[in-house]
Amino acid sequence: MSFFAKRQTTAGSSSAAANIAAAAANKPWIEKYRPKTMDDISSQEQAVAVLKKTMESQNLPHLLFYGPPGTGKTSTILALARDIYGPEMIGSRVLELNASDERGIQVIREKVKNFARSTVSHNIGCPPYKIIILDEADSMTADAQSALRRTMETYSKLTRFCLICNYVTRIIEPLASRCAKFRFRPLEEKHSKERLEMICRQEEVNISPEAILSLIRVSEGDLRKAIMYLQSASRLMGKGTEISEDAIADIAGTVPESVIDGLEGCWLSREYKKIATEVQNVIADGHSAAKVLSQLHSRLLKNEHLSPLQKAKVAEVFGDMDKCLSDGADEQLQLLSMMTRVSTIAA
Amino acid sequence: MALWVDKHRPTNLDKLDYHTDLSAHLKKLCASGDFPHMLVFGPPGAGKKTRVVAILRELFGPGAEKIKIDQRIFETPSKRKLELNIVSSNYHLEVNPSDVGNYDRVVIQDLLKEVAQTQQVDAAAQKRFKVVVIHEADLLTRDAQAGLRRTMEKYMGNLRIIMCCNTTSKIIGPIQSRCLLVRVGAPTHSEMVKIMHKVVKKEHCGPLPENLAFRLAEESGRNLRRALLMLETAKVQCHPFKEDQDIPRMDWEDFIRTVRVQILKAQTPESLQAVRGQMYELINHCIEPAAILKTLAKELIERVEGNEIKMKFAQEAAFYEHRLRTGQKAIFHLEAFVAKIMSVYKRHLMSMEM
Repeated sequence: MSFFAKRQTTAGSSSAAANIAAAAANKPWIEKYRPKTMDDISSQEQAVAVLKKTMESQNLPHLLFYGPPGTGKTSTILALARDIYGPEMIGSRVLELNASDERGIQVIREKVKNFARSTVSHNIGCPPYKIIILDEADSMTADAQSALRRTMETYSKLTRFCLICNYVTRIIEPLASRCAKFRFRPLEEKHSKERLEMICRQEEVNISPEAILSLIRVSEGDLRKAIMYLQSASRLMGKGTEISEDAIADIAGTVPESVIDGLEGCWLSREYKKIATEVQNVIADGHSAAKVLSQLHSRLLKNEHLSPLQKAKVAEVFGDMDKCLSDGADEQLQLLSMMTRVSTIAA
Repeated sequence: MALWVDKHRPTNLDKLDYHTDLSAHLKKLCASGDFPHMLVFGPPGAGKKTRVVAILRELFGPGAEKIKIDQRIFETPSKRKLELNIVSSNYHLEVNPSDVGNYDRVVIQDLLKEVAQTQQVDAAAQKRFKVVVIHEADLLTRDAQAGLRRTMEKYMGNLRIIMCCNTTSKIIGPIQSRCLLVRVGAPTHSEMVKIMHKVVKKEHCGPLPENLAFRLAEESGRNLRRALLMLETAKVQCHPFKEDQDIPRMDWEDFIRTVRVQILKAQTPESLQAVRGQMYELINHCIEPAAILKTLAKELIERVEGNEIKMKFAQEAAFYEHRLRTGQKAIFHLEAFVAKIMSVYKRHLMSMEM
């Protein structure tokens, strides 16, 4: 073995550099195209403008970012930190904690507090405070959050906190009132489109304009989802082939329109057998009941056979089913029950 | 001697019998070297795990099949020790974190971080990443899923995650948006019949009557694993196969049939008392309460006449199944379901007489 060992290592070291390059190329696009500076951020104008102002004044308040997933909350704070500190200082001045780290009350008391109270050496061109980013703060326990309260105030000279969450209601009031709140809206169509087209150009992805539009539609303002789908599609199709609308629908896991048509058609028939087989097929094909429900729901308003009163009743049934599903009830039974109830209403 | 299900499981992507488009896509994906996180979902017995194993083989070659099982001990912040079995090869790990119940978050955090922060040292290795397969991902708690979010992005260089689950309804949005969703639908009846013929041919055990094969496929509810197990049992029961041979059933399903007979025969407190005894019997034999309820409901619906009553039964079944999931003690809800069915049925009978 030792005879071969040397040769292997030499071959290895030469390919190591190639490997690193390959790793960079293999980076997921969501990381690769994360905005690097505040100027790169193309949407959320209001929040970005305010943040830029505060950056100039060297006086950053505590921040609370909230909004649906994929709207650029984490990207914004990372870009902000990079702008303030530059790439060298960012490691020592920023502490990033997210839900994958242990964030019980213990950690808040020790790790966060220790980081918060350590003073920073004075550097020119660098503000005299550190930033602690608490990502996904809504998954922190209320106890851990209340442990932060006084810490935030006591060390506010040395440290700024940035809380990021999806639901502002899950942040306890005393914390929320200490922060400047920024709401992140779902991205507008034109911004998503710009960004996606830019990525397509850079990555040489061949995609039809309709497919981009459907990509934006299925992602519902979540840019990360859109980019992820785009990358998956381009990988599945291989380079060169054009990505079609159908491919996007396939990857996004949307239920085909024909299936939804079938279910909707069942509403008008009062026959149990027909409904049961239809439901059985939907489940056996592996479609998720939640997705089926949300697609049926978007169809509901356009339905011509139902009166407004009936629609209202159906909406109530949908609500019940969603609750049951999120509690973990059996999908087939729930779907069956929903279909039969709706068909009774429609009759 | 292995069961037929395991013995004839396809081992690579080319040998998969159905969903050929999907196989082709997966093959292309593995070859591209740029492999995303994956979320594989579909009903039980559709071939999710078979596909995952085939993908691993495609990625890493036969080395991925040399697996060993070891037991790992995790410690919660409250100093509680958790034991978990981990199946691993040199290239991947398979875990089922839902085994440890509410503490799955600890497992996810510890295990994934450990894997994620270990770099591939051997620069000549084919792939720079290790794959972690998470089974029954839909049973992960929200906390555990939240713990996955940033890890999945941050350590994408060293780590890929493949999650297997029955439904995406319980996977939180942020995870779904980070994964490539792969839907594995159940095989159709004709596909199943074809596979059964193939297995029988390989086992050299005589012709399989078309009718029997079709009935097996139908009875299994498009669950291939179940169909093959039933086929093997059928062979033990009666060989060579006969056209009109009985489909082998599970004992507990037969038992539920007697419960159904009891319910439809008499709707009285005494009858309910009798059913309660039978329910206890089933639960004591470790039959999952939700399965009892579902099978019973199916039986009942088949046996009653009239669309209205069938629909009513289906709705009650859904209602009590939900209660069963959120509640604590199964027997309460099973009994409540039976009582409700009895009252609905009795009212129905009375209205028929009038």
